Order: sequence, then C-alpha cells, then structure tokens
Amino acid sequence: MKQKSTKKMTPLRETVYRFAKNKISLIGLAIVILIIFVIIFGEQISPYAKGVDQDIMNRLQGASREHLMGTDGYGRDIFTRVIHGTKYTMLIAFPSVIGAQIIGSILGALAAFYSRWLDDVLMRILDIFQAIPGMLLSLAVVAVLGSSLPNLVIAMMISRIPGATRSGRAVMLRLVGQEHIDAARSYGSTDAQLIFRHVIPNAIGPIIVDLSIALSATILQVSSLSYIGLGVQPPTPEWGVLLSEAREYMRSAPHTIVFPGIAIALAALAFNLVGDGLRDALDPRLRD
Amino acid sequence: MGEPLLTVKNLKKYFPTKAGMLHAVDDVTFTIDEGKTLGVVGESGCGKSTLGKTILRLIEPTAGEVILDGVRINELSKSQLKKARLNMQMIFQDPYSSLDPRMSVAELIADPLIVNRVMSGKKQIEAKVDELMDTVGLASRLRDAYPHELDGGRRQRIGVARALALDPKFIVCDEPVSALDVSIQAQILNILMDLKDQKGLTYIFITHDLSVVKHISDDIAVMYLGKCVEKAPSEVLFAEPKHPYTRALLAAIPVPKVEKRHSRPQIIRGEVGNPIEPKPGCRFAARCDQCSERCLGRDIPLIETSPGHFVSCTLYEDQ
Repeated sequence: MKQKSTKKMTPLRETVYRFAKNKISLIGLAIVILIIFVIIFGEQISPYAKGVDQDIMNRLQGASREHLMGTDGYGRDIFTRVIHGTKYTMLIAFPSVIGAQIIGSILGALAAFYSRWLDDVLMRILDIFQAIPGMLLSLAVVAVLGSSLPNLVIAMMISRIPGATRSGRAVMLRLVGQEHIDAARSYGSTDAQLIFRHVIPNAIGPIIVDLSIALSATILQVSSLSYIGLGVQPPTPEWGVLLSEAREYMRSAPHTIVFPGIAIALAALAFNLVGDGLRDALDPRLRD
Repeated sequence: MGEPLLTVKNLKKYFPTKAGMLHAVDDVTFTIDEGKTLGVVGESGCGKSTLGKTILRLIEPTAGEVILDGVRINELSKSQLKKARLNMQMIFQDPYSSLDPRMSVAELIADPLIVNRVMSGKKQIEAKVDELMDTVGLASRLRDAYPHELDGGRRQRIGVARALALDPKFIVCDEPVSALDVSIQAQILNILMDLKDQKGLTYIFITHDLSVVKHISDDIAVMYLGKCVEKAPSEVLFAEPKHPYTRALLAAIPVPKVEKRHSRPQIIRGEVGNPIEPKPGCRFAARCDQCSERCLGRDIPLIETSPGHFVSCTLYEDQ
C-alpha cells in the first residue's frame, strides 16, 4: 500500500482508487460511458436519420464506407439502427432496473428492520414470484398489458423486484445486527434516523453493485423479449428486433446478425464488468 | 446522598427459544447512588450484557422496574424514552463494530448531538466535538479520520466521547476494555475514572475481569446464570467473599508470589448450567462443593448479612 495516496482518504475516494486499479473494470466503465454517450448524441452521430428509411436497391450489402455495418433486408443502415437501438434498449433497462432497485431496497430495509411477521409475509410472497422464472414473469405481464414501451418497463421491473428485495434485505439484515446500529439507538436515534443515517449509507455500495449486474441481465431480457416478438415492435430499431429481423438472412448475410449481437454482448459484458469491479472495490475484506 | 440515582427492581429478561424460555436476567434487584460505580462481574453468558441493555431499554424487559433519577424508564413511550436517553448512555464492548464505518471521527461524536437536536448551528456542534475529543485525549488532527484507520484504544476513546456528548448522568460500560491490549486498558480506565470524579458520573461497569472491576467500582455485584448471587462494597467483597461462587472466582486470580507457586487454585468443577427453563433452587448448586438439599427446590433469597453485603446462599440463611 502506498503511504501517501491512502493516508487521508474518505471511503468514497478509496473505493474510486481501488476501482481504478482494476484494468478490466475500467474497460467495462469505458464501454458504459460510450453507451451513455451514444444514447445522448445518437441523433448527431448516426449517418442515416432514424434508420427506418428503406432502400430496397441496397439491401443486404456488406460493410462498406457508406454502410459501416452493412445494410439489412430492407436496405436500412445497420450501424444507424444499432445506434438508435442503444437508446430503446437502455430506455427500458435503466428505468426498470433503477425503479426495481429502489422499491426492492425499501422493501428489503423494512423486512430487515421490522423482522418477525412483515419479513415472513414479504418473503413468502417473493417466494411465489421467484418460483416463476423472470423471463416467464415478464412475458406474462406483457401478454396481459400489451407490449408498449411503458408496459415493458413495468414488466421488467416486476420481474426484477423480488431479486432486488432479497439482496437488499440480505445486506441490511447484516447491518441491522451490527453493534453500531444498537449504539446509535442507545443515544436516541429514531427508527427513521437509523435507516437513513446508518443503514442505507452502509448498504448503498452493495446495492449499486447489484444494480449494475442486474442491468446487464435486463439488457439481455429486453432483447430476448423483442426477439420473440413480445417486446418492442418492428420497425423500431431495438437490438432484439434487429436480431429477430436478421434471422432469415443469417446464412446468406451474417453481418446482419453479427453486429447487433456484438452490441448486445458488449453492453451486457460492460455492466457486468463494472459491477464486478465495484464489488471488489467495496469489499471491506480486501481493504488494508 | 438521599435517593439512589438508579433503582432496578426485580428486573427479568427471558428470551423465547425453541427449547423453552432462556432466563438471561432473572429477578435482579439493586440500587446505585449518584456518583458511584457498580461493577457487574460474571462469566460469559451469565446475562451481564443483557442486564445492561435491558436497563437502558435497548432490549425490552420481560418484567421489573428501572427507575433513573425519578423516571420510570420502562413505562415511557417512544418519544419520552428518546428524551430519557439523554441521561443514560452506553459504552460498547467492541470498538470495531460499535462505530459506523462510514462516519469520520467528528461525525461519529457529533451524531448524538444531531439526532437529538440538542444543539443547532455547525459552529456550536464543532466546538462541542473539539471539547469532547480533548476530554478523551483524541488529537484534533484525527477529526476527519475514519475508524478503520485508528487502533482499538483510539476507537474506544471515540466511544467514550460519544457517550459523553449528551452530558448524561448515567453510563453503562459494557466491557469497555476487554477488546483492548492491557496497556491501553489502563488508559481507558483512567479516562473513565477521571470523568467520574470531574462530572460526578454514575457507572454500571460490566466486565469479566475482576482486576479491572476492583479498581473502578465502589460496589460489586456477582452474577451467575442471570441471578445476582452476591453484592457488596468492593473492598468487602475482595476481603471476605461469602458466596462459594465468588470465593472460587477470587481464588482463580493468580497471586504473584514465589511461595504461592505450588498452590493450586480451587477450580470450579463442571460447566455453566443451562439457562433455559432452570429449575428453582440455587443455580450454582450443581458445581458447588458446599451444596446441600436445602439449596434445591426453591429460590434462594438475597440476604443482607452485614450492612451493604448481600448474598444469596443457604449457608448464610440462618445468621
């Protein structure tokens, strides 16, 4: 351990420092930043407007200077569609995962803090939800509500809440048993003060780790739903839609399926790497 | 003197377990006068810590009364209890786990002031924190340090400063030095004793270490399996222990004398009994070499054998 750099570090700075030492996680972070950049500036960097204009003369062309990733079965520029697709995939994944994580953390905190009956009731209800695979659950929700963008967010959120609650509860249960919570109670902290001053600040690290790993899973799930036709509807260029449309040309024009596939894989990988890196950086056992 | 500062009457705490009720604290009664220290000694698992936490109502008692400075602690509502806590604080055993790892030294010491809103204004709080850090001997350069950067002694000083922040009259010290090195133990004990003299604090000092309790206590209560078996002024207890358990405990203290090298201490046979649904009778009977039929079948009362010296043993019942 270097003496100078770690002498006066807040826990936050120490975490940042330790995260930065992990090169693979930094690559993940770079991709995440790139994704966010693409979401914000997608319009400006995509060469062909919305990516929905068909050009039958130029269908299924390979990669070229005009079409960096080639064109699809309707002659649309795949590069443009992948860039716009980032926005759709993430617009479903981000709000649903963040929403689920917030709801899950609050439920988890309540379960951990007011154990006994609330904990039991809540956990048994979650058991019922978790008995159904997440994919099937969101399928069912979409089937009932119809597949619009807000409904997809709700579907993803519902399938994610049980997991988020469980991991939030696990983290907070460990915290609630710690003596410093007892100590804070002994000098007069109310329950609300205990939760907001001590429990949540200590749980925020693990929750963020959970969030980034859940994001990668949800990206795959959103794409899967669209691929089987229950998610975002064509011609909206969501990544799963791109894969689905490319299915019939897969043998003759593999580029149609390879590039969207790479985008999905990279995005999922990136959030996973960031999550792993954060988990290592926050693990107190690795602190020296 | 007049009224005692703290009165504990027939305090009981039973924990439900699968095998039955665990009698952690069973019918404990005592008083402490203002400015005095009661040492509570006993083996691990005899209910010392539970006693301390039950008095402060960090654990709800099963039965009994706690009266602090005229206030019946166990009858208070949540908001009244919050107010009453200003007067009673606790120093915890483990200075590693009893400090929130995400708070700096200054934040930790200021937290009681902030949550109780006894002070408004950053400057006022900062001044109070500086004063407290000075009182417990923490260098002011450590203000922004985090607990994990400090050694056990410094961390426990934070614990002491935090307990003092609200100017309480009464502090429960739950084994405050047992997690520390012997050299640091003395420093913390000295701070606690100085504070007692300066501020007239009243302590309950829970420990399993007789040599520690001897130095700091005015009275000592010996606990065995949730019961108080003997209570006496400190010198009296060490000079003439009455209960067989107390005698065995004192006999187990090593004597640093050459001629005592070959004397073997009287060793207590067997193991601590089961605190779950104990049968009436002396809880120490199974390990006691002076036990008789009279020790079983009924609860042995705590009898005052000489002024201030209470013992719960059939050997002294007839006197």
